[in-house]
Amino acid sequence: MSTETDLLDFARGPALEAALIILVFGIFWRLVGVLALRRPRDLSEPRVRHAWLGGVRTIFTRMWPRREFRPRILHWEMVSYVFHIGLAVVILGLVPHILLIRDITGLSWPGLPTGVITFAAGVALISLLALLAHRATHPVLRRISNFDDYFSWLLVFTPLLTGLMAYYHLGGRYEDLLAMHMLSAELLLAWLPFSKLAHTVLFLFSRGVTGTIYSRRGAQI
Amino acid sequence: MTGTDTQFPLELNQPRLSIQKPEPRYDKQGEMADTERLDRAMRGFVKDFGATAALYMESCVHCGQCAEVCQYYVQTGDPKYTPIWKLEPFKQAYKRETGPFAPFFRLFNLKRRVTVRELEEWQELIYDSCTQCGRCTMVCPMGIDIASLVGLARHGMAAAGLVPHELWATVERAKREGSPLGATPAVLKDRIAWLEDEHSVEIPLDRSQADVLMTISSIEVMKYPQSIVALARIMKRMGASWTFRSDGYEATNFSMFAGDQQGQREASLKLIEAAIAVGASVLILPECGHAYQALRWQGANLYGKPLPFRVLQIAEYLAEGIRQGKLQLQPVQSSVTFHDPCQIVRRGGATEAPREVLRALGVELREMDAHGAYNWCCGGGGGVVTIHRADPLRYKTYQIKMQQVEDTGAEMLVSTCSNCRQTFDDGQAHFHWDKTAQSLLELVADHLVTEQE
Repeated sequence: MSTETDLLDFARGPALEAALIILVFGIFWRLVGVLALRRPRDLSEPRVRHAWLGGVRTIFTRMWPRREFRPRILHWEMVSYVFHIGLAVVILGLVPHILLIRDITGLSWPGLPTGVITFAAGVALISLLALLAHRATHPVLRRISNFDDYFSWLLVFTPLLTGLMAYYHLGGRYEDLLAMHMLSAELLLAWLPFSKLAHTVLFLFSRGVTGTIYSRRGAQI
Repeated sequence: MTGTDTQFPLELNQPRLSIQKPEPRYDKQGEMADTERLDRAMRGFVKDFGATAALYMESCVHCGQCAEVCQYYVQTGDPKYTPIWKLEPFKQAYKRETGPFAPFFRLFNLKRRVTVRELEEWQELIYDSCTQCGRCTMVCPMGIDIASLVGLARHGMAAAGLVPHELWATVERAKREGSPLGATPAVLKDRIAWLEDEHSVEIPLDRSQADVLMTISSIEVMKYPQSIVALARIMKRMGASWTFRSDGYEATNFSMFAGDQQGQREASLKLIEAAIAVGASVLILPECGHAYQALRWQGANLYGKPLPFRVLQIAEYLAEGIRQGKLQLQPVQSSVTFHDPCQIVRRGGATEAPREVLRALGVELREMDAHGAYNWCCGGGGGVVTIHRADPLRYKTYQIKMQQVEDTGAEMLVSTCSNCRQTFDDGQAHFHWDKTAQSLLELVADHLVTEQE
């Protein structure tokens, strides 16, 4: 057995397990660390009852910017959307991914044709490059960005790139490329809970909380 | 915050001095070592830190959209005015000291320790260039309420004695005299007696029992006394049993803006206790944005239990009176645009009440392009109007507002906040603008249907 196959076995076995364990416990730790803090009851008289409904609504309404804000932000918002949709199509639409998810969770659904996946991956990669250029050049983004922003970008970019390379057997042996792809994706999963990538979970809570607070006051949100 | 700052004496009645030369000024109160100042800042910041604030601290994805809707960034293009950047030292301290991964951040020194020098530098960002208008909250894709975080940061800054001088001095005066602008109980009594005489209206003061406790902003007492007359006329027409109380009348709460929690609580308690003393079922807040934030939404929480009376902003009370048929109004033959005070509308939820009143006045309401919860701030909120060195910046942000008003083509500009009103007056004088902000309350008083008998 070659070392390359060993690497692939490692990626498929212990590395995947470790990444998933870190992912689950990391997110759990971060959420509990925050949500277990004091949550004093708001004693002011609410204008609206059942404000939590407004919180749930805000999770959805905050998916798209308000008319008043669009002229200044909509273009980059759309690039960001293109990236997110492209990534989602790749993750949830590629048959080997679905098989892996089925092995772990038991859930399964039909896959998409590989042409669609390739297109989505290409679009996601290009939009990611555009977003990186934006972050590196826009004065606001340059000011507020830190290590997390660039490292997280790299960890999302790498599995997409290595995945495409593996699929088309570009730049190396298939087993090597697949191992690289899996390891980079596992690194992404393990990094997620500690980084800005945790927004995949946190957005539900932060939008929900603000939506509830403002709805309670009868304010638009 | 102890001792008076002799280096920069407060002369509120002097011409405003806004030069920043020879170099930007960082105001400090009290004498203490840097380490103690830093320690106080951080303790003040985390003192009321609950799950909500921590969640916000964890959630930012550095997308920068908040900058694009902030009047300071939009008008200057300077990235330091990015709303979430205004919290950077506190975000850093949170991640290093209290977040779920704090040991990890400390171990690898991923977040440096914040220095007093940084806090001094951030004074301008936390106070001069944030009116806590909350427009950034409305755009944040993660739903982070940045304005509330600025409020927490100000708690830290106040505890460390790092408040801009005029705002600090305003608070000190309010605590000492009961009013930030010198509207002491004696002055109030004087004013009321004079107004009663001058305008032949009855303005009840210090009644022992009343259904309604009326409160006032000292901005009105000192600058817009006609507002008090307007109130008295309207209350008489509505047949209300009401009173002012010299032991609880000042609705402004500059302590809240400065971040002085003790002062904020004391100011609110005066009103709460006065309302309870007269057995009021309603406490009415004047045309003042932050008064609404302080008492309507934070009052009960500082009091420690639900308030045994309703708290209404005057426009809400007027709208109720109109609905109940207690107020009949003559039509205003004019087109009007309404400026939404941030703390009453966007962050207070009383969006409809002032519009209901305007409809009852039969005006042609011409809404600004961005209005209601999406309105642009007048630029004077959050205590910013008190900070002299912030004037040049404030005038820049004010230009957005002027443009908005001009674009409507409305003949009249109306609002329901006397802090906005004085910001408008100041901006009007600065730019030689031909629009004056009118008070909704006074507009109503001027258009009461004349009594038949």
